[in-house]
Amino acid sequence: MIPALGLAIGILIGVLVQPDVPIWLLPYLPIAVVAALDAVFGGVRAVLDGIFDDKVFVVSFLSNVLVAAFIVFLGDQLGVGSQLSTGIVVVLGVRIFSNVASIRRHLFKA
Amino acid sequence: MTIPPRPDPDQVSAARAWRRMYAMAKPRLSRANAVVTVLALGLGFAIAAQLHTTRAQPLETLREDELVRVLDDVTQNNERLGTELRELERTRDALEGGASNSAAAIAAARERAETLGILAGTLPASGPGVRITISDPAGEIPASLILDAVQELRDAGAEAIQIGAVRVVAGTWFTDASDGISVSGTTVHAPYDIEAIGDPTTIATAMDIPGGVVASVRGKGGETTIASLDTVRITATVTPAAPRFATAQPSGK
Repeated sequence: MIPALGLAIGILIGVLVQPDVPIWLLPYLPIAVVAALDAVFGGVRAVLDGIFDDKVFVVSFLSNVLVAAFIVFLGDQLGVGSQLSTGIVVVLGVRIFSNVASIRRHLFKA
Repeated sequence: MTIPPRPDPDQVSAARAWRRMYAMAKPRLSRANAVVTVLALGLGFAIAAQLHTTRAQPLETLREDELVRVLDDVTQNNERLGTELRELERTRDALEGGASNSAAAIAAARERAETLGILAGTLPASGPGVRITISDPAGEIPASLILDAVQELRDAGAEAIQIGAVRVVAGTWFTDASDGISVSGTTVHAPYDIEAIGDPTTIATAMDIPGGVVASVRGKGGETTIASLDTVRITATVTPAAPRFATAQPSGK
């Protein structure tokens, strides 16, 4: 409950402040957001599986974000940044979908 | 002996899942929860920032090669539209030129048709001119005298001439008739009314020259009155017959 509130408050602050993302962060932020969303859905799924662990969640969240950003950074350095970020988005999207499907099966049996 | 219905395992696990959700949703004060909350806060902030950036400057989030591609697309579009623009401009110029050309051609043709119609006697005409009345109390005025008068009028620059109710054109002919004169087959009785459009002063002078029409009429016992009018209406017209033998020869051939 409190994390959900935190998410809502974060969005609210972002909308109110209208922050300008620094240039160096621009390529990584969208990927990082998608990676974080993947971690969040994974966390919810872990809760329903009964294997949720705070520490695991925090570590997976941070590592997801960092690894995604790092892969994009690496891709940029290798000259395949846009293709690699597309690939990451695809992979994370598939994971999010499978997590959501699992959550749905847990909660609604459908 | 009845067997109690066994609970559906799916129902049980669903209920357990919801219970877990509620348990997890309960506000708890723990370090891990606080850390998770901070992470969620950061995620929300990042989402909002990303949305703002994407909406405000859609190009800023693109990479160099993507920007190059966008630039290429824009350049190609620009060239394509430029070509289209030039073609359309050319078409527009052609149409405008054609419109003004055809309008001018129509105006010129209409003017020419009017001029020719007045000359050929197919159109009624009006303008300054004279009305000449030749009385013939003795019945001695011959058709040749009227022809002389017409010739005199033409010399004086008359542009349209009418005798009685007959328009005088290039093919008009005059002969003597028993009770007057015949103009192109129509008998005109004395006194002869001749209306002509032209410069009234010139025409009056031309009629009055010694040995001219007025003098000849007086010699035959008649009287000529010349009235200068601001507006003479020539209402008689002729229907031109199509030439049987002559065909138009294009100039320059």
